[in-house]
Amino acid sequence: MMVAESLASNNKVLKIRNLSTHYFSRRGVLKAVDRVSMDLRKQEFIGIVGESGCGKSTLAFSIMRLIQPPGKIVEGEILFNGKDLLKLKDEEMRRVRGKEIGMVFQDPMTSLDPLEKIGDQIVETIQMHEDVDKKEALEKAMKLLESVGLPGDRVNYYPHQLSGGQRQRVMIALAIALNPTLLIADEPTTALDVIVQEKIMEILEKMKREGRSIILITHDFSLAAEKSDRILIMYAGWIVEMGDSMKLVAEPLHPYTKGLIESVPDIWLARKIKTMPGFPPDLINPPPGCKFHPRCPKAKEICKREEPPLIEVNGRLVKCWLYE
Amino acid sequence: MSEILRVENLKKYFPVQKSFIEVFFSKELEFIRAVDDVSFSVEEGEILSLVGESGCGKTTVGRMLVGLEEPTSGKIIFKNKDLTSLEGEERRAMHRHLQIIFQDPYASLNPKMKIGDHLIDPLLIHGLASNSEAKEIAMEMLERVGLVPADQFFNRLPYQLSGGQRQRVAIARAMVLKPEFVVADEPVSMIDVSLRAAILNLLLSFKDEYRLSMLFITHDLSVARLVGDRIAVMYLGKIVEIGDVDEVVQEPKHPYTAALLSAVPSFEKKDLRIDIKGDVANPRNPPPGCRYHPRCPFAKKECKEVEPELTGDRHRVACHFPLEIKID
Repeated sequence: MMVAESLASNNKVLKIRNLSTHYFSRRGVLKAVDRVSMDLRKQEFIGIVGESGCGKSTLAFSIMRLIQPPGKIVEGEILFNGKDLLKLKDEEMRRVRGKEIGMVFQDPMTSLDPLEKIGDQIVETIQMHEDVDKKEALEKAMKLLESVGLPGDRVNYYPHQLSGGQRQRVMIALAIALNPTLLIADEPTTALDVIVQEKIMEILEKMKREGRSIILITHDFSLAAEKSDRILIMYAGWIVEMGDSMKLVAEPLHPYTKGLIESVPDIWLARKIKTMPGFPPDLINPPPGCKFHPRCPKAKEICKREEPPLIEVNGRLVKCWLYE
Repeated sequence: MSEILRVENLKKYFPVQKSFIEVFFSKELEFIRAVDDVSFSVEEGEILSLVGESGCGKTTVGRMLVGLEEPTSGKIIFKNKDLTSLEGEERRAMHRHLQIIFQDPYASLNPKMKIGDHLIDPLLIHGLASNSEAKEIAMEMLERVGLVPADQFFNRLPYQLSGGQRQRVAIARAMVLKPEFVVADEPVSMIDVSLRAAILNLLLSFKDEYRLSMLFITHDLSVARLVGDRIAVMYLGKIVEIGDVDEVVQEPKHPYTAALLSAVPSFEKKDLRIDIKGDVANPRNPPPGCRYHPRCPFAKKECKEVEPELTGDRHRVACHFPLEIKID
């Protein structure tokens, strides 16, 4: 993508080019991620926003190369600090995971081992990648817990003894245990209350200040708008709009972005919400042309026939025929 | 406006399951005080938003209103009758006017029952229509909630519907009895973002058309503000603040309300930072005095000793030292 190239500056941590991840089901091929290109700069906090099924989690799992059959990455490049993750051997990729890219999942209860103490789980992760003895690793685990706002003695707790928010803090501690430069958080606060969410977000922002790049995947547009430097809007496997958070919210270009903003209740914008017509498409049989056209109030003839290009408008990228 | 529902000193204590050995050594039963002395009223045609974090007791309040949970004590006065003292036929007749919409549309519909029958059954149970009339009413209601063509949806099974469509069925099922009061328990929290507005607007349309009253339970303050005329904030089984939506949101008096407000994400972030400490206390053992005091950045000696009453006129707050702030 020429345009994406021209927009990004030099200090890029992550460069994704033309990435497609498909799921091969009995009903047909589901294009969960469909030729996506994006960049992430050093110390940048990026928010990927979309509804369930838009491909945002699949994109994250593709970066980590954690896609399981019947899913498969079918094309594209994921350049991370210069190396193409898709060309690495499994063994090399395992070293990247955790050590260079950390990931926080939505449900901390299913990602933590219920039978093992918190401390042991962190120690195990550290010892897997670093040559340190148990005592040293345990000390590091305590420091990690403290860095996410938990008392160090929580190393002796089992996951069930912690609340949801505390467990998610443990997950972040695990994800940063090996000091990765990139942290991917997939809906880290979806199951949590707002106050706990705010505390988790504060930790992510601290991670950014310490020099890491952050990818926050969320369905909560206002959360992404508030916390991230840049926003990517995904719809039906495509990135339909991408740009500076403040500008994107102030002046959305893609009709989907605009519709989404107008349909979300907002505590401080005392306004009526507008219903967005229709529903997200079946990705095995997506509509021809622009996948959003059946729901689009501005759809033209060409939208029904041809896929829109990704166009640069005022420093923003938008995949829509309106701007051609 | 006249009052349709009044809740007085409502309490629900759940006994804590104990092991045999614990029972053997201590005679005292322990309780989770899920709802602990809650009072409020709802006017005809009014929506009261009930907000709070998970575990604060808001869902239990809703379940007691529709009779899915027996109160430990207190009164639920609906249309001048105390529901807690009614039994049998009389109680069933009253509950026709008091319906509920649940959070999870995947769990609240019968997977083996056709969509149409979900609407026909309540009509038949309450003897409001004959078989053929019931079908007609059901079809009209399916259309009303946007499930068109209704005759196609009528014969489908829940698994053939999306989450948003299922929630429309749940709304239709509640509305088919023309209730005067509906408890909506987090009706959009499991719905896709772009479809939420449609469901919320649908619910609001019934309010206008039927002069429907509603208790709208949600953890999302943005939604609470949008749909509610008034708002009640719960913390650890108690209402800590209640009043007109705009007043509570723009001039919160309770530090907990203010802390919630400062944590809500928004497209237009306000410069409001009211902190909150630690985690929610165990409802088995709520802190003495004000239950919020261990987390409150403004707590003083009095807060640790004396439990504050809910005081005030229309905008009421349970706090010894209410805030005086205004958010524009």
